[in-house]
This record gives sequence, C-alpha cells and structure tokens, in this order.
Amino acid sequence: MTDQTPATPAHGLVPEPVARPGRFGDFGGRYVPEALIPALEELDEARRKAMVDPEFLGELERLHRTYTGRPSIITEVPRFAEHAGGARIILKREDLNHTGSHKINNVLAQALLTKRMGKSRVIAETGAGQHGVATATAAALMGLECVIYMGKVDTERQALNVARMRMLGAEVRPVPTGSATLKDAINDALRDWVTNVEDTHYILGTVTGPHPFPEMVRDFHRIIGVEARAQVLDTAGRLPDAVIACVGGGSNAMGIFHRFLDDTDVRLIGVEAGGEGVEGGRHAARFAASSPGVLHGTFSYLMQDDDGQTLESHSISAGLDYPSVGPEHAHLRDTGRAEYRYATDEQAMKAFELLCRTEGIIPAIESAHALAGAIEVGRELGPDALLLVNLSGRGDKDMHTAAEYFGLIDGDAVPPGTADEPGAEGDGRTQL
Amino acid sequence: MSTATGTTGIGVSDVLARCREENRAALVGYLPVGFPTVEGSIAAMVAMVEAGVDIVEVGIPYSDPLMDGPVIAYAADQALKHGVRVGDVFTATRAVRDAGAPPLVMSYWNLILRHGPTAFATDLAAAGGAGIITPDLIPDEAGEWIAASDASGLDRVFLVAPSSTDERIASVTERCRGFVYAVSHMGVTGARTSMGDAASVIVSRTKAATDLPVCVGLGVSTGAQAAEVAAYADGVIVGSALVRCLTEAADLESGITVLRALVAELAEGVRSGR
Ligand SMILES: Cc1ncc(COP(=O)(O)O)c(C=O)c1O
Repeated sequence: MTDQTPATPAHGLVPEPVARPGRFGDFGGRYVPEALIPALEELDEARRKAMVDPEFLGELERLHRTYTGRPSIITEVPRFAEHAGGARIILKREDLNHTGSHKINNVLAQALLTKRMGKSRVIAETGAGQHGVATATAAALMGLECVIYMGKVDTERQALNVARMRMLGAEVRPVPTGSATLKDAINDALRDWVTNVEDTHYILGTVTGPHPFPEMVRDFHRIIGVEARAQVLDTAGRLPDAVIACVGGGSNAMGIFHRFLDDTDVRLIGVEAGGEGVEGGRHAARFAASSPGVLHGTFSYLMQDDDGQTLESHSISAGLDYPSVGPEHAHLRDTGRAEYRYATDEQAMKAFELLCRTEGIIPAIESAHALAGAIEVGRELGPDALLLVNLSGRGDKDMHTAAEYFGLIDGDAVPPGTADEPGAEGDGRTQL
Repeated sequence: MSTATGTTGIGVSDVLARCREENRAALVGYLPVGFPTVEGSIAAMVAMVEAGVDIVEVGIPYSDPLMDGPVIAYAADQALKHGVRVGDVFTATRAVRDAGAPPLVMSYWNLILRHGPTAFATDLAAAGGAGIITPDLIPDEAGEWIAASDASGLDRVFLVAPSSTDERIASVTERCRGFVYAVSHMGVTGARTSMGDAASVIVSRTKAATDLPVCVGLGVSTGAQAAEVAAYADGVIVGSALVRCLTEAADLESGITVLRALVAELAEGVRSGR
C-alpha cells in the first residue's frame, strides 16, 4: 500500500525520511487538501523549467537590474559597530530595493511564473505589508488582478502599507478571524486559492507552505547571498565570520544563508522575535520554545498546545509574528549548520534606534532583530570579527509603531538620545 | 479493501452495502464535537442518528481550519473558546456508536500527529470509532497513518477533487478504505445554491478507478440537492447546513428540533434520488 516504512522516526512523529522532493531532512512536505495538489505540481514543473530557461532568467535579471535596483549595495557601519564589541559589521542593503525590502526578489519571479502558467490573478498574504506591497507592485507592473489577505491587527499596525497596496490597485481584504495576524491571512489565502486555483496563483511570501514553495522562494532570494558573498570578499578580502538575519517565515535568512552553506567556517545565525520574552509565552521564538508539527502545509517547528492547536505568536514586528518557521530552517537547526537566537521587542527597538542614530539608516523593525543579534554576536566575538547582516527592509512602514514606542509625536518629540556617545554600552539603553 | 469494523458494531462499508441493497445513497452527517458544548454536540449527534443519518462524521475543532468556510470555522472557533479538547472526540464516538451508527472522525492532521497517529488509532478504535477522514493529509504523506490504521483496523478516507488527475485519483483511491470522499467543487465547506456538474463528473471519474463507494461532500444543504447527488453517488455528506441549525438557534433544544427536521428532509432526499 505504501512505500514508506513506518519505523521509529527522528521526532517520534514522521516516518524516516525517504528521499523525496520537498523534504529537508524530516521537515517540509505537502500537508494540503488534495484539490491543491495539481496546482502545486503545475507550479513545481513551471519553476523547474523556468530556472533553466535563459529567457526566464534573462527577464528576471533585467527586471532586477532595471526595476528592483539590484545588485543591492553593502554598507559598512562602523559607528553602529562600536556598540557591538567593535566588530566589523557590513549590512546587505535589501532595504534599498524597490518597495523597500527583500520581498520583491521572490515576488517578481513568481509573477513572471504566473504569466508563464497562463494565470491572470494573484493572491498573497501579508504580515508587515511588505510582501503585500511587493505583490501589488508586481501585479501592477504585469497587469495581473491582485487580492491581498492581511490580518486585521496587522492592517491597523501597518496602515500605511494598506494604503500603498490600494494605491497600487490591489484589493486588501482584512482577516478578522483567529488571532487576526499573518497565520490567519494565510488561512484565508489558501481558502481563496482552493476556490479559484484555475486562474489564480498564490504568491506565498516566505519559505514555508507546501512543496515547492520553501525551495522555490529560497531560490528566488538566493541572489542576496550570492551578491553579498562576492561583495564582502571584495571589500574585506575574506569571508565573514557570521552571517546574521532575522527569521519570520525565514525567506530573507534563507536567501542570504544559502550561498554560504558550504562555507563551513561561516556561522549562520538566525534571529527570531522574542516578543515580550520567551518565559511568558508572548513571543515568536519557535526554536526556543516549540516542537515539530504541521501548519499551512508544512512540517516544521510550531508553537502549539498539547492538543496540537496552534498558539498565537507575539512580536512588535508584524513580519516576524508567525507561530511556525520555514522547514529548511528547522533542518539547518537540527543538523547544527545554522544557529538561532532571539531578540525581544525591547532589544530590537534599541537596535532600531541605534542604527538610526549612528548611521542614518532607519531599518524595518524585522531587520532590527538581526541588528540586535549582531550586537550580541559582535560582543561575543570581539573586534576581530567580521559580521554580515541582512538589512531585509527599511523602516518607513514602521514609523507609526516607532513613534508610539519612543513617544515621538505628542510633546516630547525627541527620545533621550545617547547613541552618539561612544561607549554608550554601559548606559543600559543599548545594552542587549 | 473490505471495511474495517473497529472493535464493536457495524462498519462504514456494511452501512454503505446495506444502502446499496436498498437502492439508495447513504446520508452522512457532520457535526463538530464541542459546539455549543461537548454534551450539547453529542446530544445533537445522537439526534441526527435517530432522525435518519446513516454515518456520523465527528469533527474535531482546529485552530486553523483552512478547508472550512465561515459556518464550520465559526463553530470550531466557539468550541475551542469553550475549551473543547481533542480527547472529547472519543466521548462523542462512543455515544454515536451506542446510538447505532458508525462514527467517522474528521480531523486536520496536526491534531492526530500531536496525539501520535498510532495512539490516536488505538484510542479511537477503543472508543468505537470506525475510521478517520483526513482533509489535509494526502496519501503521499500518510505512511505512518496508513500503518496505524491498518494495525487498528480503522477506515481511512482520503479526498479526491475535481482538479485531481486520473493518476492522482488512482493512487488516492488505492489507499482509501471504507469509501472515497469526492469533493463536489473547488472550494471550502459551505452551503451552495446549486451543485453543478463538477460533482457528477468527479464521481464517475472516481468510479472508473475503484470499486469503493464514493460519497460526495461540500455544498449540499437541502433534500432536493441530496436527491440530486444520490442519483449518482453512494453517499451524500452534509456539514455546514447541519451545523447552521445549531449556530442559528436561540438555544440547543430548538437547534436540535430544526436539526432533526433537516435530517429527516435529507434522509427523504437520499431515498428519492434514484
Ligand atoms: C523587512 C522584512 N524583513 C523580514 C521579514 C520576515 O520574513 P522572512 O523571515 O520571510 O524574511 C519581513 C516580513 O514581512 C519583512 O517585511
């Protein structure tokens, strides 16, 4: 009846991995309704063909050069690095891409695939709104109908991005069910997809979901690491000691990690959202406190209760506020190739402020988690270390949250600043 | 490919065979355990059996029911808010079994994965359960479940959809036991005004691949629709329309009264389709 041996599995949960596509060790797979399988197979075939088709690759390359703004530059940040143990820190500037984050890399490629598959409508989920904005942008560019699902909580904390998407001609559908955040937006996007799959492609925005999404989205972001590796070699004459990225679903991290996988001396460090702290349960640090399970079509680490019901995640950053994580990260973590830590809301906001004050760069709050991780790692490794940090997005969209957090609007417009005082590490504000 | 009988009572295949002898389709009724309360949902399931449902589909509420439309998603959400636990399903299957119908559990995969597929199968068989319908588990990923259901003698119902290729239909039906669940249209659960042609097409394509009974679900809400589907399918599965009897009622008692009336109408429908 089956070619799988129901032997004792690695996690006591799934059969020993048989060599089959869509698995990263035990993780990944395709846990979706049968109705979606043909669309996933069609997508898998289309992307496989596209990735070896000079016409597709040429068109994507042209778009990245003339529209996205690739290659994105790298920027060394010495004044910021003074607060990170004096380590040398280089940022990969995905924040400078058109639409303001790495998300556009994946979206342009999937939008091209949509056209190749002869579909006329795209849907997407969005948390921070960056993936939704990127999808709305690509849809406008390529003349596709576009519907974006966004948790109601997120439409409120990222209101500016809702306006951007609507300006670009997309329909934004707020999702009020469940926790009304990213996971619920994905539920509704999947419901739409299963209903309209004939003319609709679901542009999933991160490296999760059923096969082939985790692999495909990673491949479309791999350019981040390919460029950055060459740029760092060129600038510093050597590989970095560590590559650091924030991890929501994990796409910007997989994108910058992948080219370094075989560079075994390079540490790959993912930074999750610690929210209000892992102890109280209000966080999104999946690797710090969760167990393997299935959500949204993939088997990975998952915040769940004893019954297997998904728990709500919490983060100040909408883009990291997701109870599961891409299956390839789960595999990299379990095999030890990558390591994961977390930054709390407070740590991330300190790093956010610090980069603004020391370098004149306003990062996305998501990316600020990577910066918080870099401060920690820099202090651990000391002044000889060379760190590459993926600045996955810019913070314009977060001004509302930041203004509220730092009290920037009514009266006391300026937060007490100390960031430009050298050696400010001791004052508690930049202490991580 | 024969039916599983579980540890007690009549199996799903026995019921479907009896219906075939009576030259009618079977009526399969879905309700989630825990809505409005665990006891209330069980009372409603027993009432369905008394009113003419042949097989009860016992749903386990799940936090992320991505195959479900608003009615079932709402009931699941309420049940979870009121504290329903996965273990409550076993109380429900026992009660349905005692009422005389085979209970089939309908569950999203993570709940079973978390419980442990082997332990779940053992516990379900012990509680009179006949098998499980797995809406988000395709046979390709079901190695452990196939082994566990074989060991416990449980039916396993996978789904086919209008989008399924012939190869997929063949490989899915090969791994089903009890019956094959044919999704009537592309979409999520919820009542529809018309059943359309897609349902009869997927049934005849499925029947070309297997001798197993084929039951049709998604969208049936009236006796007339049940009769229409009963003309070509071995069973008619009704969910949202039954759940709505309870969600729209002022109290459980009046909800169950409406539910009994709808079940009677549907039971009449499955008997008048051929
Ligand atoms: C700027 C930015 N960085 C990171 C993320 C998190 O996603 P991922 O982990 O897939 O890179 C988001 C998601 O919205 C984002 O907008």
